[in-house]
Amino acid sequence: MTPSPDQESVEDFRARARAWIRANLAPLVTNEKTGVMRARLTDAEELAEVAREREIQRMLFDAGLAGICFPRVYGGQGLTPAHQRAFNEEITGYEYPARIQAPTFSPCAAVLLEFGTDEQKLRHLPAILRGDEIWMQFLSEPSSGSDVAGVLTSAVRDGDDWILNGSKIWTTGAWWSDWALCLARTNWDAPKHRGLTVFILPIRQDGVDVQRIEMLNGNKEFCQEFLTDVRVPDSDRVGEVDDGWTVGTRWMFHERMLHNSPFVTVPAGWSYGGVDATFLVDVARDAGRLDDPRTRELIGEGRVIDLVREALQGRIGRGIASRRMPDQSAAIGRLFAGLSSTRVTSMAFEIAGSAGAAWASDDGSVAECGNDFLLRQTTCIGGGTTEIARNVISERVLGMPREVAMDRDRAFRDVPRGGSGR
Amino acid sequence: MLLELSPDQEVLREATARFLADRVPADVVRGLRTNAAGFEPGYWRDGAELGWTSLLVGEEHGGGSVSGTGLVDLTLVAHEFGLRSAPGPLTSTNVVAATLAEAGGAHPAQASALGELLAGTAVASWCLGGPPPLDRLGSTGVSYRVEGDGLVLRGVARPVEAAGQADHLLVTAHGELGLTQVLVSPGATGGTGATGGTGDPGHAGLAGLAIEPLRTVELNRRFATVRFDDVHVGLDQVVGAVGEAADQVERQLQRAIVISGAEAVGAMQAAFELTVRWAFERYSYGRPLASYQALKHRFADLKTWLEAAHAISDAAAAAVDARSPEAAELVSAAKSYIGDNGTELLQECVQLHGGIGVTYEHDLHLFLRRGTVNRAMYGTPAEHRQRVAGLIEHRKEQE
Ligand SMILES: Cc1cc2nc3c(=O)[nH]c(=O)nc-3n(C[C@H](O)[C@H](O)[C@H](O)COP(=O)(O)OP(=O)(O)OC[C@H]3O[C@@H](n4cnc5c(N)ncnc54)[C@H](O)[C@@H]3O)c2cc1C
Repeated sequence: MTPSPDQESVEDFRARARAWIRANLAPLVTNEKTGVMRARLTDAEELAEVAREREIQRMLFDAGLAGICFPRVYGGQGLTPAHQRAFNEEITGYEYPARIQAPTFSPCAAVLLEFGTDEQKLRHLPAILRGDEIWMQFLSEPSSGSDVAGVLTSAVRDGDDWILNGSKIWTTGAWWSDWALCLARTNWDAPKHRGLTVFILPIRQDGVDVQRIEMLNGNKEFCQEFLTDVRVPDSDRVGEVDDGWTVGTRWMFHERMLHNSPFVTVPAGWSYGGVDATFLVDVARDAGRLDDPRTRELIGEGRVIDLVREALQGRIGRGIASRRMPDQSAAIGRLFAGLSSTRVTSMAFEIAGSAGAAWASDDGSVAECGNDFLLRQTTCIGGGTTEIARNVISERVLGMPREVAMDRDRAFRDVPRGGSGR
Repeated sequence: MLLELSPDQEVLREATARFLADRVPADVVRGLRTNAAGFEPGYWRDGAELGWTSLLVGEEHGGGSVSGTGLVDLTLVAHEFGLRSAPGPLTSTNVVAATLAEAGGAHPAQASALGELLAGTAVASWCLGGPPPLDRLGSTGVSYRVEGDGLVLRGVARPVEAAGQADHLLVTAHGELGLTQVLVSPGATGGTGATGGTGDPGHAGLAGLAIEPLRTVELNRRFATVRFDDVHVGLDQVVGAVGEAADQVERQLQRAIVISGAEAVGAMQAAFELTVRWAFERYSYGRPLASYQALKHRFADLKTWLEAAHAISDAAAAAVDARSPEAAELVSAAKSYIGDNGTELLQECVQLHGGIGVTYEHDLHLFLRRGTVNRAMYGTPAEHRQRVAGLIEHRKEQE
């Protein structure tokens, strides 16, 4: 995308962003955000951080730095992915609204931008860019996660409204969030993909009961929502009735674009899963193993993985933007990110030695590496599993035959269903 | 390979692709197994006319890139080489030509050597490592001492690509004053590769120099041991200044890894495409292999490695070309990643082929060979990971 002549140049924008960031944001204390979903905050502290992130988002908005690739009519800057990349580089090392990026900007706001009505976009996009609305994706259910289109949450028409019932699960941070993008079933007599509709709804309302789920390390950010007779006006429907899968396909795409999305701010060198290779140097030092050749090889491998991942995400981003790669190639980046972050988490655990099993609070960077290891697979599950990414790559990118499915060409109500974990 | 080429780059790539398809189809590549030099002199000269040896050399020395980023252009050629496992000492000749040009061609003999490399009438070798364990990253098997108004070289370099065919050997030697490089001509009976010679063992013309062929996994590339038994060279053979070659050597290493890595990515690409096609054609239990999820998932992994290899190869090429401060790290990342995942991908392709995959008649091994040589030369993946660890530790200390 070449900037139009009246557009701020990338370099001017970069200089403006840099000056503003240095004047207004606090430098990050190193490694504050490393680890895999660590349970590091009390609820009060969590809420304080969320409030600070909303505040920063508001400051960015007022400074003309929010929504870099969102159109100006919706409060964005109408700039290009190159501007967003420059911003990513400049914000590295400073506090930023990490919780508001995914899923609020992508996939939620990206889906609204693509499928929302003018009214919906004008109402929500500026509010999102101001930090007033934090969004969740209500997609997974206790009975189905990978098989996204197999949702059981039902929406039944009632005059100008819809009545929703069912349960959504695995949302991170729903207890402090505002709005949800929700996939629901509106037709049980049509085949699976042809009876779905997408709605938007406020999370904080009677009828939406948000329960927190404790992860194995004590983190309680995971949530499950029980929807009981939730009334949603038809004007809050996104896309056509029973055509929710058209929206859903793009929704999955935006989700797989992960942090390669032009709508999302990601500090340069940031690693999905939160462990990056420079952290391995800290672990090795604090484990007294910095001189060990085997450890040094692991550190080198970690850094190689980071560099390759960055290069790969760049290639996929450019490939999709220039149409030289199919949109479904986003799954390649998703697969690499999942596998590489589990690898780096394992390496940190390995380097930590016995401190991976038991540690003292003043052990420095080796502390908590064991808990990170326990939660290692989250990066291969959240955002769609790596197995599903492999299905997408083989079937949609390489064109290999689809898996046999038992749910095609029959009414969804007749499709066999198994148990649910919850 | 880059996703988006400029029109000029596309012309270079396309011309190389067509030339290789015409001159070295797979049966010709197989036939070169018994060719002493591994390639025909006329083939190399014609390739040089397409620009194969000029891209890293400035216009003032008779070279020229097509895009202003010569190393990136050269990776397009190298990628085409990898796609066909094409013959010819692409890496060593270009690396030596680049250094001669940067050293300024102050001495007439060096300037004329450069001219021959550009014209494709001669090829060059780089004598760097020594016999194990002197083949480790950063080691040299040859040393020099100052004597009279010249240098005396002693030691062993191996494996040296195309030493038996080269008209010019760039020798990296260590000594009291620091790393030094000299340009040596093996002499009338030794370096005649590009003019049709055979590189007979031990028959170099230059006193004290012996070139002994090595056996190799490659079909159409030759490697040799080069022995220096008190070889006397004049100061006019020193490339640059005595004791000041460390930066030159680092740049050579970076370029060699970039070129050879781009070739290896081409080999990965060719093998992957071959194997995907096979998965659709080959049936088992009444269904194509491509319909089994266990295999589809492996193909998905391979596709991911392949795209990642392209990406890091291109990132390293651009960084070395721009002399960016990240170049050393990206080069080692590329070497480590493509070395490991390239050969793993190629072996997976063999596995997915079954028995036919380990035969000489099938093309797969042409690519496996190239990936294998790339992995083992210029430092192993593990050595490059260690190098990266040193670089990030150093950077952290400075923060
Ligand atoms: C950190 C985190 C954050 C999350 N955030 C959200 C969120 O914000 N919103 C939301 O809606 N959901 C969210 N999720 C849920 C996530 O999308 C699902 O957990 C995921 O899609 C898997 O679904 P599932 O848990 O139901 O497992 P299942 O679908 O039951 O899968 C179980 C196993 O079977 C494999 N499998 C399933 N089907 C196939 C197939 N066809 N071929 C091969 N293998 C298969 C899976 O890969 C997995 O290994 C989050 C999850 C995590 C871990």
